Amino acid sequence: MPKWITQVGCPYCGASCDDLEVLVSDDGKRVLETRNACAIGNEIFHHAQSPSRPKLPRMRQPDGSMKEVSYDEAIDYTAKTLLAAKKPLIYGFGSTNCEGMSAVARVAEKGGAVLDNCASICHGPSFLAIFDNGYPSCTLGEAKNRADVVVFWGCNPMHAHPRHTSRYSIFPRGTFTAKGQMTRTIICVDPRETDTAKLADHHLMVKQGHDYDLFDAFRTVLRGHDIPDEVAGIPKKTILDAAKVMKNARFVMIFFGMGCTHTDGRNHNVDIAISLTRDLNAHTKASIMAMRGHYNIAGPGQVWSWQFGFPYCIDLSKGTHAHMNPGETSSIDLAMRGEIDCFVNVGTDAGAHFPIRAVEQLKKHPFITVDPNICMASEISDLHIPVRVVGVEEPGVVYRMDNVPIQFKKVVDGPEGVPSDEELFDRVYERMCELTETEPIWLLAKDHAKAATNAEQ
Amino acid sequence: MTKKIVLNMITQRSIEEGVAMEKGKTTPEYFKACSIVEMNPEDMKKLGIWKNTSVRVTSEVGSVIVTAKEPTQFCPPGLAHIRQGVWANQVVPPRTQSTGTPQYSGFPVTIEPAIDERVKTALELVQGSVGLWKGGN
Ligand code: SF4
Repeated sequence: MPKWITQVGCPYCGASCDDLEVLVSDDGKRVLETRNACAIGNEIFHHAQSPSRPKLPRMRQPDGSMKEVSYDEAIDYTAKTLLAAKKPLIYGFGSTNCEGMSAVARVAEKGGAVLDNCASICHGPSFLAIFDNGYPSCTLGEAKNRADVVVFWGCNPMHAHPRHTSRYSIFPRGTFTAKGQMTRTIICVDPRETDTAKLADHHLMVKQGHDYDLFDAFRTVLRGHDIPDEVAGIPKKTILDAAKVMKNARFVMIFFGMGCTHTDGRNHNVDIAISLTRDLNAHTKASIMAMRGHYNIAGPGQVWSWQFGFPYCIDLSKGTHAHMNPGETSSIDLAMRGEIDCFVNVGTDAGAHFPIRAVEQLKKHPFITVDPNICMASEISDLHIPVRVVGVEEPGVVYRMDNVPIQFKKVVDGPEGVPSDEELFDRVYERMCELTETEPIWLLAKDHAKAATNAEQ
Repeated sequence: MTKKIVLNMITQRSIEEGVAMEKGKTTPEYFKACSIVEMNPEDMKKLGIWKNTSVRVTSEVGSVIVTAKEPTQFCPPGLAHIRQGVWANQVVPPRTQSTGTPQYSGFPVTIEPAIDERVKTALELVQGSVGLWKGGN
C-alpha cells in the first residue's frame, strides 16, 4: 500500500512550509502525490523522480563534451583544484541543509577559499543594514497571532512565497486575530499592481527606485512634521492615511523584499525601513522581517556566524582569521575584478542567476557545480557532481525566513550511489587532508561528537 | 526607420517562473516563462509593435531578444519587467554600489522592434557567452 507521510518540509521558498503530505509508493522509492504544497513545491517533489536526473559526476572533455566519471575521480579533481587555486570561491547554499553548509565550511577553511552564499545577491544589503541599525524582528507566529496591520514593501508573496499570505500574514485566524483577513489592514508598496497589491487595502504605487524618499516621508509624518504634496509619486493624503493606519495599529508587521535590496540605495532602503520600525514603536508595537528567498538561505547566515562570526562574503584566504567586507569580498565584486581563480557552485545556479558578465569572468578558471539537477551552471562546468535533494531524499535542519530552525524529512530514497552534500564535502575534505598530509581534525571532532551523543542516549 | 524607447527595467519573480525553474532550466516551460518582457500597452504603441512579437532589449552591458507581452500584473508606462532568469541576466548590470548585490532592478534599457529575430534558448545564451555553444544559430 502506498503511504501518506505527513509534516513534510518543502525545499523551495523561505516560507519553508512544514505541513506538506506526500504519498509514497509501496517500495518507498517514488512520490505519487502531494497535498498542501503550492504549485512550485509540488513540482519539486515530482521533479526529483525525473529519469533524466544525472546519477554520476560528469567531467568536460577536451572536445567540449561531458563524460561520466566515478565519484572518487570527481572528489580527487575537486580537492586538487581547490588546493591548486590561489583564491577559490565557493558559492551557493540557498538549497541545501545546515549539515551540508557546515561540511563545506571545513573545505573552504582548508582551501583558503572565499565562502559566500546567495544572500550576497539577495538579502545581503539587509544584513548590511542590520549591522548598522539592528533588527527589531519577530517570528512568523507572532505575525499570525497579533499583526493587525501588515505592510508588504517591495515584495510580492503571491508569486515568490505563494503560501505566505495563507499561513502567516493575511488569511490565517490567530489567537488575537480571530477574524483572519477581516482583522487585518494590508498596505502594499510596489511600482506595479502585483497580485499582492490586489489584495491590499492601500496600494502605494511608488515611483520605482524612490522607496527611500517614501520611507523618509513616513518617518517625517510620524514625527509630526509636514511633507510635500507628493513624494515618490504618492499624494500627501495617501501617505498621511497610511501613516495613520500604522500609528493606530495594535501590531504593525513590515515585510520587505527585492524591491528594497535590488534597487538604488540597496542597504540604505533597508536601514531606513528599520528606522521606521523603531519610530513606530514609540506609538505602537512594530516589527520588520526580510522575505528571505530560499527555504534555507537563512541557514548559512546562522551556521557560518557560529563558525566564523560572519554570515556571508567570508574571506578565509589568510588561513588564520576570517575577514568580511561585501563590497570587496562578495562573489560578484570578486568575479568582476578578476580576483577568483576557481569557482565552486553548490546548491544554486550561478549560470542562470548571476549577471552574464560575471559568469564570463568566472568561467575563465576551473568551474565545478554540485547540484542534484541539470542547470545552467552544470552545463558550463568542467565538472558536475550530482547530490541528493534535501527535503525529498535527505533530511536535515533548515532555517525559515524568521530564523526558526525546522527539521526537514526524507520521504524517498535517493538514486543509488549518489551522496548528500555533507557526505560529498566530507570526502573532499578528507582527500584534501591526504594530499596535504595533514590530520582531518574536523572529521575526528565530528566522530567524537557523534560518539558522545550516542553515549548520552 | 525603427522606433526606439528608453524604459526603466526591473527583474522580478513570478509563480510561472518558479514552477518552470523546478521543472528544469532547459525545458520549454522555462523558455516560455522567462524569455519575455512585460510592458505597458501604451509603450508598445509608441514602439509601433504588436504584443507577442520579438524586441531587442539593450542595456549598458548587453542585448537580448525577448518576446513583448502585455503584463499580467499592471506595469505603468515607462516601466518594463523581465522575469528573473537567463534572459534578464543578459542585460542586468553587474555594478553593486559596493554591496555585492548587482543592479537587478532599476536600470535604463533601450527597446526596439526586432520582428524577424529569433529568441535564443537558455542554453544557447549561457553556453554561447562562454564559448561552449555547439548548436547552430
Ligand atoms: S509557499 Fe514556499 S515553502 Fe510553501 S509550499 Fe510553496 S514553495 Fe514550498
